[in-house]
Amino acid sequence: MSAKAEILARVRAAVTDLTAPLGARGETPWVDQAAASPAETIELFVENVIDYKAQVVRVGPDGVGGAIRDALTAYGASSVVVPSGLDPAWVSALGDGVRIVADEGLGSLDLDAIDSVITASAVSIATTGTIVLDHGPDQGRRALSLVPDVHVCVVHASQVVHDVPEAVFRLHPQEGMPRPLTWISGPSATSDIELDRVEGVHGPRTLHVILIEA
Amino acid sequence: MTAEPLTEPTAGPLQATSPTFVGMPKFPYAARTALGNTQQRRNLAHATGVIRAKRAKVVAEIDRWEELRQAGADAKDELLGHMAAYLEQLETNLTKGGATVHWARDAAEANRIVVDLVKGTGATEVVKVKSMATQEIELNEALEAEGINAWETDLAELIVQFGHDRPSHILVPAIHRNRSEIREIFRKEMGLVGRPAPDDLTDEPKRLAEAARLHLREKFMRATVAISGANFAVAETGSLVVVESEGNGRMCLTLPDTLISVVGIEKVLPTWQDLGTFMQLLPRSSTGERMNPYTSIWSGVHEGDGPQNVHVVLIDNGRTHVLADPVGREALRCIRCSACLNTCPVYERTGGHAYGSVYPGPIGAILNPQLRGTASDVDKSLPFASTLCGACFEACPMRIDIPKLLVHLRAKVVDAKGRNTVEGRAMAAGAWAFGDAKRLARLQKASTLGGKILGNRQLPALPGAIGQWLSIRDIPELPAQTFRQWWADRERKGGAS
Ligand code: SF4
Repeated sequence: MSAKAEILARVRAAVTDLTAPLGARGETPWVDQAAASPAETIELFVENVIDYKAQVVRVGPDGVGGAIRDALTAYGASSVVVPSGLDPAWVSALGDGVRIVADEGLGSLDLDAIDSVITASAVSIATTGTIVLDHGPDQGRRALSLVPDVHVCVVHASQVVHDVPEAVFRLHPQEGMPRPLTWISGPSATSDIELDRVEGVHGPRTLHVILIEA
Repeated sequence: MTAEPLTEPTAGPLQATSPTFVGMPKFPYAARTALGNTQQRRNLAHATGVIRAKRAKVVAEIDRWEELRQAGADAKDELLGHMAAYLEQLETNLTKGGATVHWARDAAEANRIVVDLVKGTGATEVVKVKSMATQEIELNEALEAEGINAWETDLAELIVQFGHDRPSHILVPAIHRNRSEIREIFRKEMGLVGRPAPDDLTDEPKRLAEAARLHLREKFMRATVAISGANFAVAETGSLVVVESEGNGRMCLTLPDTLISVVGIEKVLPTWQDLGTFMQLLPRSSTGERMNPYTSIWSGVHEGDGPQNVHVVLIDNGRTHVLADPVGREALRCIRCSACLNTCPVYERTGGHAYGSVYPGPIGAILNPQLRGTASDVDKSLPFASTLCGACFEACPMRIDIPKLLVHLRAKVVDAKGRNTVEGRAMAAGAWAFGDAKRLARLQKASTLGGKILGNRQLPALPGAIGQWLSIRDIPELPAQTFRQWWADRERKGGAS
């Protein structure tokens, strides 16, 4: 008997005392916290992101380019990698001092030599201060937002949901072309040494969030 | 579904006991050694106290926490009742996504599969994301036996690997080491296998983390094969989920060409939407954060993004043995959050090593004897490594009734020895008392249970029983306070004793 057949046979033999039919629990439960108002959801999101020691800058729809320029200047980044589908207006304000690199078959070592990355995002969660990337064209493949040390991430207020179940619902993989997901809550961190929290281990050590509000 | 006539469940085979653990002394003796190690006790008491407080704070933020726990338990019960159907669905969807699924009856088979896959790529080293399943099957040892270096990349696991010892806590495996020990370990070991620690390395956690970052970065950049576990595997969509903090997981899951994930068959979630429940329960229960810094989710191969050669190894290794026990099977709901460890007075004092397994603490005390049986001394004594104070059940996000399972397993150990012995009679009385919390509290108040029923003279005959456990604690044999009263007091006062 193949390992698969044997394991499945064992599994079936182990539960012959149970009678509930498949799916007896019904719809998957959805337990979340209610949002008081859309405005409060946004405030909570900002509060929680800051709590993780990430930076948050709030701008109007026309302010993204300037905010990105200011951020890269503040971190002293002289190079930035951009995903192919990024809104060109976002990098239009960058001066000559910053080398803009398109993601054309860059290897890990190439990426390691680039200071920063700019991405959009898919969904964000207020109760947890989480930003989710689904690595679409305006976010790029996963390595892009992983290897450079500064991640500038643009979040649109309309993408912020109140709680985790709603985010999960919005992110349901599409039949035929599921996307990989990266959930980001603050910069990387470790508490492995005497439980002393150190921000910044392997992922980007700086997370800079630009929130667009209408 | 047609109603089939009910029959007694049949158990799958037990997990083969690793030679590493065969020589383990039984719990009371290992615990006695651990109790003598004051450094470890201090570190552990500090760690469990801090995490316990953080957890309490973020759990209190959710007013529907009890509903979440119930939803989590229900999702896992749905899985356990129909595991064959969900495993097949998972395999179908993983395969559709471009992954290759392998099945392993036991540790040896799983190791063989992984070793062959790695060899097939020609790689002589792999990078690893912290995974309890691969520790359980002792994959690193199997790889090394074939000349393949397995690099742990989680900071704590790296410390454990460089220190040539074993993890002591699920969540913070190197918590038994302090900063100056870690500095020494890094200075001695890093240079032997790659980029050495900087000459001016201090024992500041920030500097130590930086040294690990630089050392491991070299490995991430050149590795072609990564090995991971998974916190969840979603049957409905064929998606694997890894929850982490440092970004080493993202590195391993993204940069190499080949990714092999070893996943216990109980890690499955029936639906995608179940993540809405579990991604609230796990981070808050585990690190006491609203959300962990990074979670990666992938569904097979994603074209032009990440590993293009993706494998998933589904392992039984004793799990179907646990599944067949109508009382014990709820232990398979466990999501390895470690909340029960942090709340356990016994664990806080003895440390993880005393449990003789990768699964320590209350969950280890119920899981190990079920996965491995109770032939060995350590497994026989584990169900007794508890005061049945009930704190673990309160903390468990999966509502696993650990005290009930401990009593159930104690009875099994005694049954194996025969009921008509001192232990047998004591256990029958014990099961009666433990079956009802009020009854137990009353009895304990009158005296400690062990003392009352057995009298001190018979205590050593009981395998690791309460009395014997009490005798290795550094307090008088029969305390003025019962354990429950003491623990309740201590929680009220807040913090470690
Ligand atoms: S038994 Fe419960 S509390 Fe303990 S590790 Fe498992 S899920 Fe967490």
